Amino acid sequence: MTELRPDLAIISEWIEPGSRVLDLGCGDGTLLKYLQEHRNVTGYGLEIDPDNVLACIKNNVDVIQTDLDAGLSDFDEDSFDYVVMTHTLQAVSYPHRLVKEMLRIGRQGIVTFPNFGHWRVRTQLLLKGRMPVSNALPHAWYDTPNIRLCTVKDFEELCKTQGIRILERQVLDHTHRQRALARLLPNLLGEIAMYRFENGSR
Amino acid sequence: MSKTFPADSVGLVTPKRHFFDEPLPLDSGRELPSYEIVYETYGELNEDRSNAILVCHALSGDHHAAGYHSPDDRKPGWWETCIGPGKPSDTNRFFVVSSNNIGGCSGSTGPSSINPRNGKRYGPHFPIVTVADWVRSQARLADVLGISRWAAVIGGSLGAMQALQWAIDYPDRLRHAILIATAPKLSAQNIAFNEVARQAILSDPDFRDGYYMDHGVIPRRGLALARMLGHITYLSEDAMRAKFGRQPKGSSGKLSYSFDVDFQVESYLRYQGQSFVERFDANTYLLMTKALDYFDPAAKYDHDLSAALAHVQAKFLVISFTSDWRFSPARSREIVRALLDGDKSVTYAEIDSPHGHDAFLLPIPAYLDVLRAYLNRVAEESA
Repeated sequence: MTELRPDLAIISEWIEPGSRVLDLGCGDGTLLKYLQEHRNVTGYGLEIDPDNVLACIKNNVDVIQTDLDAGLSDFDEDSFDYVVMTHTLQAVSYPHRLVKEMLRIGRQGIVTFPNFGHWRVRTQLLLKGRMPVSNALPHAWYDTPNIRLCTVKDFEELCKTQGIRILERQVLDHTHRQRALARLLPNLLGEIAMYRFENGSR
Repeated sequence: MSKTFPADSVGLVTPKRHFFDEPLPLDSGRELPSYEIVYETYGELNEDRSNAILVCHALSGDHHAAGYHSPDDRKPGWWETCIGPGKPSDTNRFFVVSSNNIGGCSGSTGPSSINPRNGKRYGPHFPIVTVADWVRSQARLADVLGISRWAAVIGGSLGAMQALQWAIDYPDRLRHAILIATAPKLSAQNIAFNEVARQAILSDPDFRDGYYMDHGVIPRRGLALARMLGHITYLSEDAMRAKFGRQPKGSSGKLSYSFDVDFQVESYLRYQGQSFVERFDANTYLLMTKALDYFDPAAKYDHDLSAALAHVQAKFLVISFTSDWRFSPARSREIVRALLDGDKSVTYAEIDSPHGHDAFLLPIPAYLDVLRAYLNRVAEESA
């Protein structure tokens, strides 16, 4: 097996062995496959794209073809230990509702997203006056699936207003590596943000 | 001169039969004193008997799911797209079994069979059979074939209801249940269509209270009408528009200003109705629609489908088609949801298709890809 993408490796470190995991927008099922094989995890992936659904089946991952924007009402309260959403938060219509839903059906939530506060993004808009395009954000403005971009600060503000406690944060560069300096200035130097969180009232 | 069959076909097949000399108890409280099941098999059963797949047929299907009965056959079995060497139900890897349901009209004991207790044709006296009755009879066939556990039970529509019933009634006798274009029970609208179909048959003067065979007649108009109605529900509006639109029947394109056929769609429905009469039995049609109406595995569990599925052990693949309004994706999702409630293993694919309910029989690449990928998993476990 090829080495797991670093951000997925960090997530798998965050997840306790033997847990039940729901992966929202699970892509080809790489993370769940890894977790099943190495962390004794069970669970499902949710995915809207038919090619990804097929890839999940080939990867031996239980996948439910579904539109995240239609909500997660098929799932009962507290039915998972972790609800994971990698690189999908920025592509759904109502991220704030989805984050709440994640903590309704799961004990903890894990999200990753491209940080719109990264200095390269900022300078493209500031100096060039163009919508930013980068490795983490490769699409043109007119055909991007990323309709709800946010920054590290934005996400943390959302957590605060929703009473969500952040348990862990990591920022990575576009090759998904951790850089020492980025820990100090995550919103400026992190291209990809990763969070593990739970309900503050727990 | 014998023609050659396509390389990915199972080719020439001969139906087999087994006579069961013990009564089959039925949900209705009645029983069949003895009965015969006609079935076909494709591929080879492996040594540890772990590679058997049961294919369950839908309302108008039968045991002839793949291959040809004679070199002159115009058409292969009803699921030729899915069963054969290298196809999703790969007969190089699986031993595929397909049987004709009890109450059918293709060789298994049904209304046109002789009742051994009085030597007369059953006709309208054939007991009402249910999906669970069929599954019970299929389990006995599995015993005869020496199959203690199916690698998978697969079906579309009414066939999928049998696969679901299998998982509930015999949890340890199947590893996978593959449910295509189905519902956990019929809606009022579904039952309404079935009732109109039944009334079409029952009100045909040639029906003769179900004794039409004894009178040497067939309720042709009623049965054809029932089939025409069925066909409307199998197609989506888009599929009908694409297939027929308002195309006139004749080349002149002139309206007849009579009640003759003016449009292609009328001609299609009449053809479907008339050709159905040649191969299908009216009493069987009545029975099959009743089996559909009565199907409701959750009923025994206080109408809680999650409870009905709490003890299933099989892993599930559930497939629906976007334009299927007879058993819409939402109906499949009811099953998926109940399985999720019980933390069961389930994969759900919603295939984008304009073909309505009919899609489950069609060679739609995305659909066959999903089946192939999933069955590949099943085969790898069986190997």
